[in-house]
Amino acid sequence: MDLTQLTAHELSDLLASREAGAVELVKAFFARIDQVEEDVKAFNIFTRDRALEQASKVDDKLARGEELGPLEGIPMAFKDNMCTKGVPTTCSSKILKSFVPPYSATVVEQLAQAGSIMLGKLNMDEFAMGSSTENSAFAKTCNPWDLERVPGGSSGGAVASVSADEVAFALGSDTGGSIRQPAAFCGVVGLKPTYGYVSRFGLIAFASSLDQIGPLTKDVTDCALVMNAIAGHDPKDSTSAPVDKPDFTKSLINDVKGLRIGIPREYFGAGIDPEVDKVIRQAITKLEELGAVVEECSMPHTEYAMPTYYLIAPAECSSNLARYDGVSYGYRAPESGDIVSMFKKSRAEGFGPEVKRRIMLGTYALSSGYYDAYYLKALKVRTLIKQDFDQAFEKFDILLSPTAPTPAFKFGEKSANPLAMYLSDICTVPVNLAGIPAISIPCGFAGGLPVGLHLMGKAFDEGTLLRVSYTFEQNTEFHKVKPSLGVK
Amino acid sequence: MKISKEQVEHVAMLARLELTEEEKQTYTEQLNSILEYAAILDKLDTQDVPPTAHPLPLHNVFRDDVVKPSISQEEALTNAPDAEDGFFKVPKIV
Repeated sequence: MDLTQLTAHELSDLLASREAGAVELVKAFFARIDQVEEDVKAFNIFTRDRALEQASKVDDKLARGEELGPLEGIPMAFKDNMCTKGVPTTCSSKILKSFVPPYSATVVEQLAQAGSIMLGKLNMDEFAMGSSTENSAFAKTCNPWDLERVPGGSSGGAVASVSADEVAFALGSDTGGSIRQPAAFCGVVGLKPTYGYVSRFGLIAFASSLDQIGPLTKDVTDCALVMNAIAGHDPKDSTSAPVDKPDFTKSLINDVKGLRIGIPREYFGAGIDPEVDKVIRQAITKLEELGAVVEECSMPHTEYAMPTYYLIAPAECSSNLARYDGVSYGYRAPESGDIVSMFKKSRAEGFGPEVKRRIMLGTYALSSGYYDAYYLKALKVRTLIKQDFDQAFEKFDILLSPTAPTPAFKFGEKSANPLAMYLSDICTVPVNLAGIPAISIPCGFAGGLPVGLHLMGKAFDEGTLLRVSYTFEQNTEFHKVKPSLGVK
Repeated sequence: MKISKEQVEHVAMLARLELTEEEKQTYTEQLNSILEYAAILDKLDTQDVPPTAHPLPLHNVFRDDVVKPSISQEEALTNAPDAEDGFFKVPKIV
């Protein structure tokens, strides 16, 4: 049995029955990493010694006959924009290359509390800006299904690590699709929770009104287990929602009879790959067979979501990234003269091209004379987009679409044209603007590459998303298919 | 053209980014194409639509004014590019 192929809940069962130990698991995952990481390049840094030390403490507990929590002893990793005390946190940016946080993000604390074992930090598009992980300042993460293709982004390393069985699960972050689009490209489960459900404390900010942390897992059950560990109110995050969290595993119900699913026709517009379209239609038929009531609907403001997002997100980014000035942490350009030159040179040398492009765009959209025409206009259209969802959810329990209009694309295919790259997030972006939850689950293949089914739910109704996802998963086999990564 | 090279230079100054000539050229072209794309928003009449800056209806989240543990001065300075006598050190300002 290859331990690394198992889900977190299967590994937890093995630990509980003493058929495997925590150190054994960590060693098995590092053996797998040693086999495939040269090809996949998912990690920025490994925390091997620390992981083994933690795992031996879990084994001590097992030896004492103590019971473990559901994620205790389970190897995982974090996207490199979540602060880990004493462990470098770089956002895959030159400007934070040597940054070692003096504190941990709330999610990092929560998973440490749950006993999960961090194996390292995962590559990403610089500051989470991108859809292919090609914007990382450090490495080019490859799609485990086809090493000549991108894993998607911005949580490309996180998703590739799960897909390649280098970890049992990972945490990513999603500002416009950065959990769901790569999850679709690499055939794993990725949930963007409702805005405010998971604490953003210690998540290095990109666009604060859109960013949300969420799980990347091998199945829907693991997704619910990770949500149990990370959801909930955090006094350290003033945008954290003051709501009680349910037991998400209670939503793992294999039944969708009578559930109303809306299919917004605008999400199937021009640009959708015909094979992706076909796979999604088959998934819809499957859900109908299982008893769901499916009906087409219209979300008339969908076409405005992308331009709205590409004004709001850069505006927030330009403000958030003003802090990188070479003064209190991060890169400072050597011998850069007076203070303003020092700011300008440090930022010019520290940031990559996409980050600079968004800072420029956002600064322009917020600048005197243009604020009303661009930023304020976008905020107003955001209201209209949110209203589309409110109206749709009066009639439907969930909405369904492809996660991305195409399967994973090749390196360099879209990197020369920012607009073409932005459009790969066309189905995921509206969800962040509205602040609602959405999940991507494996639902088939197009040309041998995974396709993701995108389910969108009402705010704080992750339960229904998990229920539909679980039902689909229990009645299909797509989540069990693994990439045939050549093992050397 | 919505945005000229001079405007790009002005925005770069506001953003404290030193750009090369080549970058100025590229960003002028790329920002124009993105802004042209964004012009589709002008099709919508939003005069009476309220703006949404934030998805949750949370306002002025306060906590009690009590001292809580915080990172030490030493820890706060560990990532500083330059520090001296417990302070961040920067080039001469005045």
